[in-house]
Amino acid sequence: MSLRDKIDNFKKPFAKGEKYEKWAPAVNALDTFLFVPNHTTKKGAHIRDGVDLKRTMITVVIALIPALIYGMYNTGYQHNVQTGEAVDFMSCFMFGLWKVLPMIVVSYAVGLGIEFAFAIYRGHEVNEGYLVSGLLIPMIMPVDIPLWMVAVSVVFAVVIGKEAFGGTGMNILNPALTARAFAFFAYPTFMSGNKVWVADASTTDAISGATILGQLAEGKGDKVTDVLNMVHDKYDAWSMFSGAIPGSIGETSTLWILVGAAILILTGVASWRIMVGGVIGATIMGLIFNVFHVNALMTLAWYEHLMIGGFAFGLVFMATDPVSAAQTTKGKWIYGVLVGMFCIMIRIFNPAYPEGVMMAILLLNVFAPTIDHYVVEASVNRRKRRLAVKQLKTT
Amino acid sequence: MSNDIRIKKGLNIKLKGEAECLLSEAPRSKVFSIKPSNFHDVTPKMVVREGDTVKAGETIFFSKYSSSVKFVSPVSGKVKEVRRGAKRVILDVLIEADATDTFVEHGVKSLAAMSSDEVKQSLLDSGCWPFIKQRPYDVIANPADAPKAIFISGYDTAPLAADVTFALKDKKDAFQEGVNALTKLTTGKVHLSIDKTSSSYFKEITGVELHGVSGPHPAGNVGVQIHHIDPINAGERVWVVSPQDVAIIGTLFLTGKFDASRVIALAGSCISEPKYYQTKIGASVSDIIGSVSEDCRIISGDVLTGDKVTADGFLGFYDNEITVIPEGNNYRFLGWMPFKDNSVHSYAKTSFAWLSGKKFDANTNINGEERALVVTGEMEKVMPMDVYPMQLLKACMILDLEKMESLGIYEVVPEDFALVDYVCTSKIEAQEIIRQGLDVMIKEVG
Repeated sequence: MSLRDKIDNFKKPFAKGEKYEKWAPAVNALDTFLFVPNHTTKKGAHIRDGVDLKRTMITVVIALIPALIYGMYNTGYQHNVQTGEAVDFMSCFMFGLWKVLPMIVVSYAVGLGIEFAFAIYRGHEVNEGYLVSGLLIPMIMPVDIPLWMVAVSVVFAVVIGKEAFGGTGMNILNPALTARAFAFFAYPTFMSGNKVWVADASTTDAISGATILGQLAEGKGDKVTDVLNMVHDKYDAWSMFSGAIPGSIGETSTLWILVGAAILILTGVASWRIMVGGVIGATIMGLIFNVFHVNALMTLAWYEHLMIGGFAFGLVFMATDPVSAAQTTKGKWIYGVLVGMFCIMIRIFNPAYPEGVMMAILLLNVFAPTIDHYVVEASVNRRKRRLAVKQLKTT
Repeated sequence: MSNDIRIKKGLNIKLKGEAECLLSEAPRSKVFSIKPSNFHDVTPKMVVREGDTVKAGETIFFSKYSSSVKFVSPVSGKVKEVRRGAKRVILDVLIEADATDTFVEHGVKSLAAMSSDEVKQSLLDSGCWPFIKQRPYDVIANPADAPKAIFISGYDTAPLAADVTFALKDKKDAFQEGVNALTKLTTGKVHLSIDKTSSSYFKEITGVELHGVSGPHPAGNVGVQIHHIDPINAGERVWVVSPQDVAIIGTLFLTGKFDASRVIALAGSCISEPKYYQTKIGASVSDIIGSVSEDCRIISGDVLTGDKVTADGFLGFYDNEITVIPEGNNYRFLGWMPFKDNSVHSYAKTSFAWLSGKKFDANTNINGEERALVVTGEMEKVMPMDVYPMQLLKACMILDLEKMESLGIYEVVPEDFALVDYVCTSKIEAQEIIRQGLDVMIKEVG
């Protein structure tokens, strides 16, 4: 008996009209992960592209892997370098793996559990969107956040952020960022400050858990210049770029995020327009601040802004979420540029949020439909004008 | 030519089994069929009964709500059966053909001396009227309308499509006469679009405005051409006729007969010798393709817009092609993995298929399941019009008439969304959604 026959046998009680019919979406979800189904076209075009949502979503997961592996290594590295333990790749990576893996397991278990429950309740197939969100959520959390907080954030993001709006494809905000924003406001002591960004920093006095942006935001007035100098002594441009700095698990390494970005752009899965637009927006804003440095914080070089904090990660993996981003080609440019500009603006002007990318993306998520509206309206107006010209001629 | 249309967005799907430019005579079918479902939005009113003898060109049924529009028999013979479905809907009318056709004689007419109304009347009486279709809505034209222009697309860019110039190579006079007849029906222009690189006689046709078209599919779709030549505004009507039907109209005036003969392409990877056949509208497909394996799907029309027919089915009224491709009712283990199964054609770059220069053996597998719309920007890549496809589809789903109108529903028909069907990651039935949207517009706006 082949595997296929075994599955078909197992699925019999879940068929239409059978006893466990309503549980079918759950079984189908597992089945279609093993086999692309044998469904043939019933109407419309007789042939269909080989791509499906699973393939698209898994491509994003693949693009996340380099940053994830580096994130696990960096979790260990940031910890070990301060405690004086071994900093070779394997020991750092294993340390990080044991910290991060439980978060990923919790995120997937809770999130997919809810997705399956809603699919069964609503009688539709399980959408694959959470495969990406479920990996993104642990990657944008600080390493020491308790697992139950991860779970609660996931519940909020999936139920309120997504299913309340009708499920995959209907949400206004990016689900992963919704989870982070929830944790950020609900458990601020675990999500901000100088004690959370390196493993065990909150329990061990010897370990400092401050991020670069966090330190800069703490410094007031002229002290910022001192902090800037201190930061530059501690971290050179290469560590900022390669990611050997404290931060949320997956977001520190601009290098490996760029590898992910290359995968996303080459496969056409994420919009390069949003990414390029975001870099342009952030660069413009950074340059403006560099030129008119009214305060010391504005002297942080524009290119350093691109490398530190979650800017690169947010722009590549979250701002490009096709559901919550602008959907039209022109809209994507506008949206991308604005994400970049707002991110840097929030960093400089709002001391409550040392990192601006989360707020910038969520804000623009809200405005994306408006941007699209005006872009589409341009086409609508061209059509109306054509009609008006025509009517003018005939009368 | 200054009237050229260059299409950039779109997609040529390279498939195995393209018809070779060889013409054979298909054996004459014993039974022919006329199917009311080929004529969208027409309710048939039968004129003949089972057992009646009919001549070629004799009325079989007419349109209940537009009684001057008649549908005629392609051959002479005996009405064998009127097949009905649920609620006694007429599925098709089968006509047992005589060995040779006797025609209803309409008499040779000189177009030059005829008025617009006389031409119209001849077309209606002879059963040629259903060849004239109307945009918006993609339905048979209303004889009472005055269209602002008439469009003929002499270039079919669909995958495995029949080469129009080959199919019509011996019909120059009939085609010219057909064009002459059409020029009588509009005060506007008759536009003929041709493959820019073609060297056929289409370039010498007089009385038309010629457009050279280049670019990937759907460049040959008449709707795309209309959009770039003279777009349809709210309240306007344009008519379209496909080139082989222009020749049938021309033959009517030259010979006085309704000549239902067509040159069709037989294509697809299930066919061992794909080539062209001389046959007639409504012919039985088994007489053309012989026997094919049960694992094949027979399509009257092309792979993107055609209708599935059974092995004992018939050629559709408007179709000039039969495509036979394998059914895809098989499972693919872990087939969703990126860059696995690269032999499955794909426009998306999550597979190496787009790099491959070879032709694909496409089957009818959906390659996934329907999902919520997530991916953006992919539909726009195959929509060479100033239309936002996803927004328009969503407007059609919620039947927001005002939005549909402002987003350009009048300018599109289902076939323009065929490639959207194809590329959509979420496997949305775009053509069906557009058809439903258009049907609501017919009812509400008219």
